[in-house]
Amino acid sequence: MTSVAEDTGIRTGSPPPARGAARRASAWARRAPLLPALIFMIIVTQLPFVATLVISFMDWNAYYPDERGFAGFDNFVRVFTDVNMRDAVWTTILLTVGVVLISLLLGLGIALLLDRKFRGRGAVRTMMIAPFLVVPVAAALIWKHALYNPEYGLFNGALTWIWGLFGSDNPPQPDWISNMPLWAVIFSLVWQWTPFMMLILLAGLQGRPLDVIEAARIDGAGTWQIFRSMTLPHLRQYLELGALLGSIYIVQNFDAVFTITSGGLGTANLPYTIYQIFYQAHDYGRASAAAVVVVIGTIIIATFALRTVSSLFKEESGR
Amino acid sequence: MSTVTDTAPVPATRDDAGRPVKKRREGANVWLSLLAWVVGILFVLPVVWMVLTSFHSETDAAQNPPAVFAPLTLEGYREFFSGGASPWPPLLNSLTASVVSTLLVLLLSLPAAYALSIKPVKKWTDVLFFFLSTKMLPVVAGLLPLYLFAQNTGLLDNIWLLVLFYTSMNLPIAVWMMRSFLSEVPVEMLEAAQMDGANLTKTLRSVIAPVVTPGIAATALICFIFSWNELLFARVLTATVAETAPVFLTSFVTSQGLFLAQLCAAAFVVSLPVLVAGFAAQDKLVQGLSLGSVK
Repeated sequence: MTSVAEDTGIRTGSPPPARGAARRASAWARRAPLLPALIFMIIVTQLPFVATLVISFMDWNAYYPDERGFAGFDNFVRVFTDVNMRDAVWTTILLTVGVVLISLLLGLGIALLLDRKFRGRGAVRTMMIAPFLVVPVAAALIWKHALYNPEYGLFNGALTWIWGLFGSDNPPQPDWISNMPLWAVIFSLVWQWTPFMMLILLAGLQGRPLDVIEAARIDGAGTWQIFRSMTLPHLRQYLELGALLGSIYIVQNFDAVFTITSGGLGTANLPYTIYQIFYQAHDYGRASAAAVVVVIGTIIIATFALRTVSSLFKEESGR
Repeated sequence: MSTVTDTAPVPATRDDAGRPVKKRREGANVWLSLLAWVVGILFVLPVVWMVLTSFHSETDAAQNPPAVFAPLTLEGYREFFSGGASPWPPLLNSLTASVVSTLLVLLLSLPAAYALSIKPVKKWTDVLFFFLSTKMLPVVAGLLPLYLFAQNTGLLDNIWLLVLFYTSMNLPIAVWMMRSFLSEVPVEMLEAAQMDGANLTKTLRSVIAPVVTPGIAATALICFIFSWNELLFARVLTATVAETAPVFLTSFVTSQGLFLAQLCAAAFVVSLPVLVAGFAAQDKLVQGLSLGSVK
C-alpha cells in the first residue's frame, strides 16, 4: 500500500466539549508530549539561523579580531560579486540536476526490471541496495582510489584487461578525475543514489492497480502503451518524491566533493565553498552572508517541495 | 474483479493464436532477467572490489590489470588496526554519537508522534510540516553559529556536542516515520481498549506497542545510519579527542606509499555497521527515507 495515513476522522475530531479550565487543561495534556521535541528543534535549528543572519551583517574575520563591527550589506555585495560564489551556484545546480536526473532514470529502468518475477530477484534487489549502505566518505574514497586512479584503479585495470584480450598492449589509460572532474563526482553519487530512487519507484510500481492493467492488456494495449498512459502517470508522484528528496540531500552534498576533488577543478559546490570561506579563510561575515543567500534560495525551492509533499499527503490522507 | 475473469475467451485466443508470441515473450523475459542480473552485479561490483582488495597485499592491490586471484591476506586489516593511529577511539566516538543520539531521538519523537497521530493537537499538520521544513534548510548555514557556540562554551572537540547536533538532524525524520507507524494502529482497537477501561500505560503496552515496535526498530536503524555517516560537522567540530570514524577515514589517505588495501580495509570496517543496519532495516528503508510517505 502507498498510503500516508488512513483517514484521520476520529483522531482529528475535536476534544469533547468542556468548559474553561478543564478544556484548557485537556488541550495542554494533548500538547505536552509534543513540546519537548518542538522546543528542542526550535532551539537547535532556528536560533543558529538567527545568529547566522546577525553575523552576515557584521565585519568579522577571525584573523583580524580587532576589526569586528557592523558591515551593512558589504558581505552580501561581496557574495554577489564573487566569481567563485557564482561558479559554486552553477556547480551546485549541475551536480544536483545531473545526479537526480540520471539516478532517477536509471532507478526507473531498474525498478521496471525488478518488478517482474525471475530467478534471484531478491538477490539482485539486495545487490542493488548495497551501494546505498556504504558510508558516503568511504564510497567517495573507494571511487577516487580504487576505481578512478589512473595507475591501478579498476576502470583502467579493466581497460588494460579488455585491450589485452584483443592482443593490444596499448590500452587507453585516462586520468578520470582530471579529465572530467565534475562527472567523476556525479558518477560516484549516481552510483550511491540510484538504489534509493529504485526503491521508491519499485514501491510505486507495486502499488499499481494490477486488475486495471490486466484489463487494458486484454483490450489489446501494448506494453509501451500501458507504460506511457498508465504506469507513468501512476508513478508521477513517486518520481516527484524521489526527485525532491534526492535534491534535498544532494544540494547539501559535501562528502563527495571534499573527498574526490577537494573542491578543485571547478567542482566546488555551495556547501564546500561556504565551508572554505569559514574554515579556511575564517571570514565569518562573508560565510554567513553566503549561508543566508543559500537559505533564501533553499526556502524558495523548499516551498515548492513542501507543496508537493503536502499535496501527496492530503491526497492520501483524504482517501 | 469478476469482470476480468469473465472475459475468458481472450486468454484462450492468446493461447492458440499466440504460441510463437508466447515463446518470443518468454525469450524476452530471459534477456530482461539477465539484464537485471548484469545491472545488479555492476552496482555491487565496487563494493565487492573494495572487500576483495582489502584482503590483498598492497603490491597485489596496485596491479594493472587487476590481480583478481591474488592470494588473500589480513595484512591490510593488521595495518589498519595496529599500523598507525589506532582506529578504536574514532570508532567508539562514532558509536557513542550514533547510539546516544538515536536514543534521544526516540525519546523525543515517540511522544511527539503520539501527539500528532493518536491524540492529535490542533493544527497537527502545521507542526508536522514545521519539522519537515527544518530538514530542508541547508545544514551548512548553521555550521558557523554552532562552531562559535562550541568555542565559547568549551565544547569544541567534545562528542556530546555532536550527539546534540545529530539528534536535531534526525528528529524530523523520526517524527515523520513514527507518525506514519502510529497511524497504522487501528482506531477500533484504541476505542475498544478505552471502553474496557484500559489506562494509558495499558493501552500503550498492549495495543500500540505490538503494532509499532518494528517501526521503532526501523526508525532507530535509519537514525543510526545517518549519524554514523555524517562528515561535515564532525570534521569542523572535532579534532583529536572526539574525532569520528568518517573523519578518521579522510585523514587516512595522507599516508605515503601504497595504501589501497589498507584503505579498502578501513572503508569496509567503517561501513560494516551501516551495511548490517541497512540490510536489517531493508524492508522499512524506503518508508524511512521517504519520511513515511511511501510504504
